[in-house]
Amino acid sequence: MSLYARFLKFAQKHSVLPMIMIPVVLVGIGVNVFGSSLLLNVYTYFCVSLIMVLGLQMFMGNSGILNWVHIGFVGVGAYASGILSTAPMVKSMGVPNMFPALVELNMPVIPAIMIGGLVAALLAAIIGYPLMRLSDFVGVITLFATLIVFHVIMTQWDNVTNGPRTFFGVPEFTTLTVALIGALIALVVAYWFRESGLGLRLRASRDDRYAAMSIGIDVVRVRYYGFITSALVAGLAGGVWAHFITSFSPKAFYISEMFILLSMVVIGGSGSISGAFMGTTFVTIGRELLRQVEGTINNAHVLSFEVYGLTEAVMAILMIVILIWRPGGVVGGQELRWPLFKRNKPSVTKEVSDGV
Amino acid sequence: MDLEFLINTLSLGSLYALLALGLVLVYGILKLVNFAYGEYIMIAGYGLYFSATVLHMPWWATMIFGVAAAVLTSYLTELAAFRPVRNKSANALIVTSFAVSIFLQNAVLILVSPRARAVQLPPIFSQTVNIAGATTPVRNLLIIGTTITVLILLSLLMKKTVLGMAMRAAADKFTTTRLMGVPANLVISAAFIISGLLAGIASIFWIGRSASVDPVTGAAPLLIAFIATVMGGMHSPTGAVVGGFVYGLLFNVLSITLPASMISYRDAFMFVIVVLFLLFRPEGIIKGGYTEERVG
Repeated sequence: MSLYARFLKFAQKHSVLPMIMIPVVLVGIGVNVFGSSLLLNVYTYFCVSLIMVLGLQMFMGNSGILNWVHIGFVGVGAYASGILSTAPMVKSMGVPNMFPALVELNMPVIPAIMIGGLVAALLAAIIGYPLMRLSDFVGVITLFATLIVFHVIMTQWDNVTNGPRTFFGVPEFTTLTVALIGALIALVVAYWFRESGLGLRLRASRDDRYAAMSIGIDVVRVRYYGFITSALVAGLAGGVWAHFITSFSPKAFYISEMFILLSMVVIGGSGSISGAFMGTTFVTIGRELLRQVEGTINNAHVLSFEVYGLTEAVMAILMIVILIWRPGGVVGGQELRWPLFKRNKPSVTKEVSDGV
Repeated sequence: MDLEFLINTLSLGSLYALLALGLVLVYGILKLVNFAYGEYIMIAGYGLYFSATVLHMPWWATMIFGVAAAVLTSYLTELAAFRPVRNKSANALIVTSFAVSIFLQNAVLILVSPRARAVQLPPIFSQTVNIAGATTPVRNLLIIGTTITVLILLSLLMKKTVLGMAMRAAADKFTTTRLMGVPANLVISAAFIISGLLAGIASIFWIGRSASVDPVTGAAPLLIAFIATVMGGMHSPTGAVVGGFVYGLLFNVLSITLPASMISYRDAFMFVIVVLFLLFRPEGIIKGGYTEERVG
């Protein structure tokens, strides 16, 4: 095989990355140059969501475990990064009960986000091992309960999080460029994870737990490493998000936000990076449109009541329809490949003979 | 032991057992962790609100109306959402139920109001009674009585009728049961209808404690049902009942023993205890047989 042919093969094998990254960057440049401030916000939010969704896909898509706690790790990252980087003056005003040692902390934003990710990963490492032993439905319910534990602690521990009240004054740092770079890094990391030996073993454990064990895969261990990696990405995403939104409360890291992330992963298809990307795109566009409709209806005062919750209700119906129609999501667990459409599909036997 | 504590624990345990039982009936057959279960309770609450506060029906009619609302919702969600995804992956089923839950919550939010609505209940729900020196609300005794009745009727249904036997068989080996000529749709619909019925009955007492209902009323009972079933054992109705009572006991013990400053962390403590317990006994208190099989 010539070097050129080898390069072509390599490029085609990994063509999913440029196929997602190039449009993301091009649209990003377009929005930055021509977009309104609303569009700029939406696109930044899209990029941050993409980081969170890719983190969720890394674990959920490869292991098949419905990871409810994901948004909790996003919250841990957001609070950690916020506490580390917010000016002591602002903190002593905004969070009157905060531990003095925490008030003193003040560091630049980038290391703060990094440490936020590490804190989330560390927490995942502490709680993950027992959780990863539980499979199926007990596992789902236990992870769900863990999210509630996270939420209870965030709303009650007012020495750290300001309790149920808003934590404000986080320095603004995340511009569109920062979010875009974050999303690109997350894409590479998620793809690398998927192609790595760990990702492969994780998928083996998803498809058949007992078969995976029988060929020597330590199912609990690969899940554990996957869980920590995913939590690290979630924590970093939380930090990036915190420096974009600048004030937040524990409500932002709970079931309704998890529903948005989950709808992104499910509608696109949790099995692949392309699915996570498509889902994030569709859901972001859909939600923005629905929100406009909701706002228009409420502002026009044609109805005697306000239609709160229209966006969520329609997204829920959409999600059910997708699950009935294509339970694997729009992409169906496949990655985008170049070329998108082949004129005549080569048969399986031909591919095998080519390989040999 | 203190009589008041005993009655409190028994009534709380009864309520939790009812909640858990409704969840486990559907889980047993469909292997579906139904996130929409809390919404049946919420819808029953709105049924009570409309019939009692808006339409001023007599109290017995409001109870029937509320329970019927839950049963109908449960059956309709089965028809519209769960039946088409039944033979898809387990995660697809769970996510569907989560989407159904979000949809019902927001539908109520749009159609009724985001604010809580007061529910008028018969005065007996707010009266107290004195038994051997212990003062207790009458509804605590009512719920113990109701739960005992429901449990007896349900076990008669499950043990003596053909439908009940079919349901138990389906929970054990669904494919084999179908080969015996039992229609799958009938068994699953029956499970959802009974699940809705139990949710409706539990809802009367759940709403009875606060006398108000709002779109997120379903979240707390759903969680209780989850934890109680996981703790008791997901594989049998007995496990659900045992789990409900154990959870009620744990809740009351923690309420008494935790210092006042820690009481707001009670839920977190509960879940940590449950998770620790599951580490040593992942199958719950009551073990079931081999049940890996899913409906396909």
